[in-house]
Amino acid sequence: MQNMALKNTALKNMAQKTQAPLTDYLLRLGDNALVLGQRHAQLCGKAPALEEELALMNVGLDLFGQARNWLGYAAELMVADLVTDNIDADHLAFRRDAQDFRNLLITEQPNGDFADTIGRQFLFDAWHVHLLDGLAGSSDPRIAEVAAKSLKEATYHLRRSSEWVIRLGDGTEESHTRMQRALDNLWQFTGELLQVDEIDQAMIEAGIAPDPETIAARWKATVEEVLEEATLERPSYDAWMYTGGKVGHHTEHLGFLLAEMQYLPRAYPDATVW
Amino acid sequence: MADWPLFEVFIRSKHGLNHKHVGSVHAADRSMAIENARELYTRRNEGVSIWVVPASEITASSPDEKEPLFDPSNDKVYRHASFYKLPKEVGHM
Amino acid sequence: MYAQLVETGSKKLKTLDEMGPEERQFQERINDEIKIEPKNWMPDAYRKTLIRQISQHAHSEIVGMLPEGNWLTRAPTLKRKLQLMAKIQDEAGHGLYLYSAMETLGADRDEEIDKLHDGRAKYSSIFNYPTLNWADMGTIGWLVDGAAIVNQVPLQRTSYGPYARAMIRVCKEESFHQRQGYQILLTMMQEGTDDQKAMVQDSINRFWWPSLMMFGPSDENSPNSAQSMAWKIKRHSNDELRQRFLDQTVPQLELLGCTAPDPDLKYNQETGHYEFGEIDWQEFFDVVKGNGPCNRERIEARRSAIDNGAWVREAAVAYAAKRQHRAA
Repeated sequence: MQNMALKNTALKNMAQKTQAPLTDYLLRLGDNALVLGQRHAQLCGKAPALEEELALMNVGLDLFGQARNWLGYAAELMVADLVTDNIDADHLAFRRDAQDFRNLLITEQPNGDFADTIGRQFLFDAWHVHLLDGLAGSSDPRIAEVAAKSLKEATYHLRRSSEWVIRLGDGTEESHTRMQRALDNLWQFTGELLQVDEIDQAMIEAGIAPDPETIAARWKATVEEVLEEATLERPSYDAWMYTGGKVGHHTEHLGFLLAEMQYLPRAYPDATVW
Repeated sequence: MADWPLFEVFIRSKHGLNHKHVGSVHAADRSMAIENARELYTRRNEGVSIWVVPASEITASSPDEKEPLFDPSNDKVYRHASFYKLPKEVGHM
Repeated sequence: MYAQLVETGSKKLKTLDEMGPEERQFQERINDEIKIEPKNWMPDAYRKTLIRQISQHAHSEIVGMLPEGNWLTRAPTLKRKLQLMAKIQDEAGHGLYLYSAMETLGADRDEEIDKLHDGRAKYSSIFNYPTLNWADMGTIGWLVDGAAIVNQVPLQRTSYGPYARAMIRVCKEESFHQRQGYQILLTMMQEGTDDQKAMVQDSINRFWWPSLMMFGPSDENSPNSAQSMAWKIKRHSNDELRQRFLDQTVPQLELLGCTAPDPDLKYNQETGHYEFGEIDWQEFFDVVKGNGPCNRERIEARRSAIDNGAWVREAAVAYAAKRQHRAA
């Protein structure tokens, strides 16, 4: 009980205290995986074909696994920095509120129809793969290790999401319309993928994160190649972009996602094991 | 599933072994068939290689032909090493 | 048991002498424990019964994802979320192994799934009960998967080759499911708060009787058992399997420190078996007939997933055709 109170205070102070940029960066990586993983958990039993149930849950499993690795590392750093009682990946996942989440806005967007789900996945994967590829060469050995493992998973995710974008884009008239609409709706969240702020800058300077120009160029190349094959129209890079996830300013969707995900630990705050 | 055809799936479980039939999947095309087979039949690290073959492309022997096809090889004992009795002194051969 | 009340279409067992030469050869093969393979001759009733049983089994796996999916989004730790997701994914996989075995009998998967969606096909009664608290994820793993395993282990030796082989895969993969479930309950009972312990007992109270019902009606009310056993697509009677399940489960219940909602449950020193109270068969038949708490929701959830996905499946087919056309 006392432990828990201490932990909660530590977490409350977290927002006020200046976090080490590395911690913040790890939260971004972990929260992306966690929030997108949770969207996959919501898809259970709703896939458009039975085979897709397995595929979608595989992606979900990979993402939750990644989240556990990134958040676990973040928690260790926080314990070291805050000189507090043990907090772990679960505390970060289940006891922070929306403003403390650092995920990209695109990851929290609702599942919508299958075109929305696949479009979100593709735009994210096309970025994630190149980011992880860069992080695999990080100056931080632990990050490099997690990234190398995650890269294999993300490469497969991208293969699948690209193929689906192409199938839907170049499938029937209806699927083309739906895929184009999904792309147009999601496009406003892609600016954030390529945005570089002080945290990113600090990571780049420390050799922890890769060069953003390279990632941006590769992301664009992947997107252009796939959309062309899918006979889809790419919205403009100069379009207005909705950003803020990386600093905790989220869309309305995240609050509901967290309310569901965090229900048990919040309803039973005294429970220390499950 | 809206005319997703059936593919038979063969998995090589380890390097050096033959591909072995494990079951089937439905898929719209071949690359989806490989992916669906991967999700279904290799969730526990069971494979190093996958073949998928449209089920309609498989020709199978008929059980009615079992005797003419397989019985003739039944009595060709001379194809088996144990048929050749050699003196002990020869040792392992 | 995942397949309940499977109709065989046979009222009376034929003796070998009453069978024609093909059927006699078929039955002798079964008696000799030689597997029947897809291209072997088989009586029409055997084929139909197997299609019914395997599809029912497959439908149960697929519908069985839903009560667990209900808590997947609310699993309380990342570890539990990963475990539950892997388990549900296995269930989808097991459904697909079984549909694949069923298709070797010449049945069409889409047609059989249509029967599920319009209420013509059955699935296990157990999945029509709601999952109301987190402990239900433990109880389903422990009791429901436990009961399924007792049923499925002998099916690994069932007479139809593809079904037996599918069951071998399923049993191998399912070994972690029951342990996962029991561990959820044990953790809460041993280290949890009073609220968590109450959650566990509440869950056992709700799932105890439905789990015992999973094995189907008692032997005297199971008119199809004799034929299914002669064909060796069922290897033990419902009551025998139920007793086996109960005998292994009660000590586990005691280890948890929980009780069963059955005042008549007691150990019989002489027989070495646990005795239990009267099962409410009216409830069982109601649920099997579609009048359980969640029947309508479960079917509606499956139907809407497949209906809403129609445009996706069509698009994939259209794209495959275009690509083939371009390659030609």
